[in-house]
This record gives sequence, C-alpha cells and structure tokens, in this order.
Amino acid sequence: MFRFILRRVLQTIPVLFIIASLTFFMLRFAPGGPFTQEKNLPPEIEKQLRAAYRMDLPLWRQYLLQLGDWCRGDLGVSTKHLNRRVSEVIAKHAPVSAQLAVWALLIGLVVGVPAGVSAAWRPNSALDYLPMSCAMAGICVPTFVLGPLLALVFALGLKWFDPSGWNDPKDMVLPAITLGAHVAAYIARLTRGGMLEVMSQDFIRTARAKGADARRILVKHALRGGLLPVISYLGPAVAGLITGSFVVETVFNIPGLGRYFVGAAFDRDYTMVTGTVLFYAVLVIGLNTLVDIVLVWLNPRLRLE
Amino acid sequence: MRSSDTDFTDFHGFRVPIRVNQCNPCLSSFVFIRVHSWFSSAEFMTTAANQPAPPLLEVEAGSSLWHDAWLRLRKNKMAVGSAVVLALLSLACFVAPFASPYTYEGQDLALGASAPSAKHWLGTDQLGRDQLTRLLHGGRVSLLVGLAATAVALLIGVPYGAVSGFFGGRVDAVLMRIVDILYALPFTIFVILLMVMFGRNIWLLFAAIGAVEWLTMARIVRGQVQALKKQEFIEAAQALGLRRRRIILRHMVPNVLGPVIVYATLLVPAVMLLEAFLSFLGLGVQPPMSSWGLMIKDGADRMEENWWLLIFPGATLAATLFCLNFLGDGLRDALDVRASKD
Repeated sequence: MFRFILRRVLQTIPVLFIIASLTFFMLRFAPGGPFTQEKNLPPEIEKQLRAAYRMDLPLWRQYLLQLGDWCRGDLGVSTKHLNRRVSEVIAKHAPVSAQLAVWALLIGLVVGVPAGVSAAWRPNSALDYLPMSCAMAGICVPTFVLGPLLALVFALGLKWFDPSGWNDPKDMVLPAITLGAHVAAYIARLTRGGMLEVMSQDFIRTARAKGADARRILVKHALRGGLLPVISYLGPAVAGLITGSFVVETVFNIPGLGRYFVGAAFDRDYTMVTGTVLFYAVLVIGLNTLVDIVLVWLNPRLRLE
Repeated sequence: MRSSDTDFTDFHGFRVPIRVNQCNPCLSSFVFIRVHSWFSSAEFMTTAANQPAPPLLEVEAGSSLWHDAWLRLRKNKMAVGSAVVLALLSLACFVAPFASPYTYEGQDLALGASAPSAKHWLGTDQLGRDQLTRLLHGGRVSLLVGLAATAVALLIGVPYGAVSGFFGGRVDAVLMRIVDILYALPFTIFVILLMVMFGRNIWLLFAAIGAVEWLTMARIVRGQVQALKKQEFIEAAQALGLRRRRIILRHMVPNVLGPVIVYATLLVPAVMLLEAFLSFLGLGVQPPMSSWGLMIKDGADRMEENWWLLIFPGATLAATLFCLNFLGDGLRDALDVRASKD
C-alpha cells in the first residue's frame, strides 16, 4: 500500500512538469504579449518592464529561471497589476471558488446518491424513471443555461435572491445549485449503474436467501460496492467544478478564481495565467491521486494489479 | 424455473438474453430457433448437439449482429424519436439560409428587440436580427463542430488505440503511459488558453476540441482490440490460415465498430457542449456569426428585458443534447456495448 501511494505521488511530478512547460511555451509563442496594449508604453518603460520580468533574456534562460522559481514555490508578480503577487491573488480568490465548489459537491452527493439508490431499488418503475429523467435533464441543460434561468426565475421574477454579487450567505444559493445540478445528475446515474451491477451479484442473492430485508441489503451490502463508481467520479468532478466555476462566476458576478483566470488569459498576464494553471493542475492531480488511493483502499481487488 | 426467468449467454462479450421455459416445449424450441438464427457460434453448436439436428444452412441465413441491433434500436421509441428530431433539426439548419427571408446578420435597428410574432417567429434581438434564422444558422456551426471534432477524435483515437491493443507489449506500455499523462492535464483550461492566445478561429476550435477528446476513444478501442485478440474465433481464423489483413478487416473491425459508434454518438453532445461553453465565454465563434453558445450569452445578458433571447437558444441546445444522449444510450443498448472496459 505504501509503495503504491509513493508511486502514485511520484507519477504526478512529470505531469506537473509537462503542464508547466506547455503553459510556459504556449504563452510565449502566442501572438501578443502582456505589454502590447492599445496604448503603447514609452519604449524606455517597456524595456525596463521586460527586464524586470526577465523577458529580455533568451527563451531557454527564461524557461530555466522560471522552473527554478516554481520549484521554490514562487509564482511571481502579475504582469498586468504590477503591485500584486500571483500567490496573493490566488489566496484571496480561491477560497471563494472553493466554498462554491464544496457546496455544489455537497448538493451533488445529497441529491444524487439517494436518487440513484431509489432508481436502482425499483428499476423500471416510477421511482426509477422520475429521478433518471431529471438526471438526464440535468446533464443536458448546460450550466450557462441553467444559471441565467435560475437567476431569471428566482432573482428577477420571485425576488428571493439577488441576481449577482457575493455579500451575504444567501448569495451562495443560486450559484451552488447551478453548479451542483450537473454533479447531482452524474452522481445519480453513476449510483444507479453501480447499484444495479452490485445488486445482480451472488452475495446479494445469498443475503436475500438468508432472509435479510430489502433495506438492510441495500444499505449494508450493496451501497459499499455500488458507490465505487461515484468515488472514482469525484476526481474528474473537481475538474468539472473548476470549469463550471468560470461560467457560474461570470453569470452571478462572483469574485472567484475562475473569473480571474479567464480575465488573465485575455490580458496575456503571463505570470498570472501560469500561476493559476499550475494551481489548478496541482489541485486536480492531487485530488485524482487521492481518489485513486481511496479506491484501492476500498477495493482490495485493485491491489493485486 | 418460472417462465419469465431471463438468462444470459455470452456471445463474444455481448450478453444475449434467452428466455427459458421448461413447461412449454413449443416455446423453448421457438427460442432455440431464434437464438440459433442469431448467431453461428461454435459454443452454441455444442449445445445444439443434444437437440434435434437443425439444418445447417439456416445458420448461414441468420441475421447479422448489425441487423439485429437495428431491430432492437427500432423498438426503442425514445431513440427513434430522438433520431427523427435530430434529422429534422439538421435539415432545418442546412435548408434555413435558402428558405428564410432574413439573413443571420441582417439588422433592422428600427425594429430592435421584438417579441415573437407572425413575422419573426422567435422574435428578434436588440439589433433587429431574426432569431429563428440566427438559431438555425448557429445550429449549423454547433452541429458542424460536433461532427468535425468527433471526426478528429476518431481519426486520432481509433488508430492509436488499435495499434496499442494489437501490438501490445512495450508499444502498448509506452502509448498508454502517454495517454495516462495526457488524461491528467486539465484540458478545458488548455483549450481556453489556446483559444485566447491564437485567435478565435473555427478550425482551431475543431482541432483543439478533437485533440482533447480522443483519449477515451483510444482507451476504448485498445481494450476492445485486446479482448478480441484472445477470442477463439480470431485464433480459429489464424489457424485457418487467413491473412492478417483479412483477420483485421473482416473479424476485428466489425467487432470494434460497435463501441466506437456508441462512444462517438455520446461524444457529439459533449463536444457541442464544449463549443457552446467556449462561445459563451466569448472564445468560440465570433459575431456577427451566430452559434448557440453565443446566442445564450447574449440572451443571458438581456434576459431581464427580452426573455425570448435566452429561452429559445437554451431550449434548442438542451433539446439537441437530450436527443443525442438518448440516441447514444439507445445505440448502446441495441449494440449491447458495456461501458468502457478499463
């Protein structure tokens, strides 16, 4: 087990290296740069700026120095807002996104798992069709349609919430639902599939033959195995939540990191973009690794491989 | 055993339902013939030995896997309905520019945003452009991106997975390591970067999305080819001295095709969603061209005053995704493909 964990953790290093390099070179080879704006800077100032950001050096030296900085955990200073360190920006805005993501994930689990279990309990009945139709709708209505729709109905129509902003806890409701609906839909489908698979296995039949009642079979025996697909989905779900946060934060005007990232990409803010991408990459890869470890821990059969 | 008990037999990894009925010999012989005409598997022939010998020719005349899948698909009302809706929608999208009295960019500033009316069925946007025309025009872009990016994913993923699965060993190890690493990259972020940095060009969009989506395809094909290689009928074909090319084309390809088709069908909605997402962020198709994501973005900005600008594009996109997903699920059931094998 320890060797497995060690191997998985070591495997993330080349991945992170590739991500960092890819981002670095993509930015450098893209047309335009952080200092090419509509209003041209005086040449002396631009020269000094370029020197400050080491952009006057040959590309390979920039790259090596940059790698050194990253290894020391230094993400640099934003090239757009010269008085802000990238790490400060992340520290300020990531918690907002994280809060949103955690609520969305909770909504996904609390709604999705019971829906999937009830569907698997009585397949091809109303208990199956109703939640599964909702799940299908949840998958097919994209975040960027659901968000504005919810805002239209509950904020502008019924006036229960503010359509935008991030000032009191109530402001979290609509964005979290928007982001969570998709997750809930996926989790419901995965739970149903996983449960049906487990329910058809011999040990469930044995339990039934020994007279265990339906609820006990469901909760004690089936749920453990049936939820494995859901757990393995949690890794990719986080990546999905990050992508979703770009939209939700734009729609509801929330000061999260997602909006910052898109804005930074538009501004050609080199350090900000690479810093955010690295942050996201560490997050996604770290959580994926964690999920893999948990899966192996839960499912002894995987340990043999 | 009750008469309604359903049993499954394995046929090349496809689960085939057989209804077993012991009290009714007439019915079981009917079942026997049905199963018999479905497949001509060697495994089946051994069971057949105990039964009155069937004429061998009937085996040859049996319906193919594809014919059978078609029959099953036809029975699935949701899938057929979805296919019809999709066909009509695509037809409308491609005929619209010739049939509509308006163009997608033609403005009528005096009219401005107007609610649905007899003249403009779905209303107009703030620049007085006919929304139905723009919606259908945007549909062309969305559907094209969906198909083209899926084609790119197929072009890369299928050969990649096939090579990996067929040759196995070290080739397989290297190729799959690469896929594993690529899997770990947060790709949407890279697509966003790519679109921001290198201009918002529709061809780049095809390539970028296709380049992201081929990974799962490669894995599915690899798993399938690997499993096939070990099957007895491939061994038998080799023992019969068939050429490698014939084995691949005649025996491997048709068996891999099922999962590939199913996954491709499910890939199209995913790609369309990604395109709409990028357009929504202002990174996909550029105005005055229209695309569903772009129209939803405009609609979301103006939903307070002009609800129809959000509702119609949103509903169209959702309905299309709905149909594509249902069709994909239907195909999966019809071809009886189990989810990807890794």
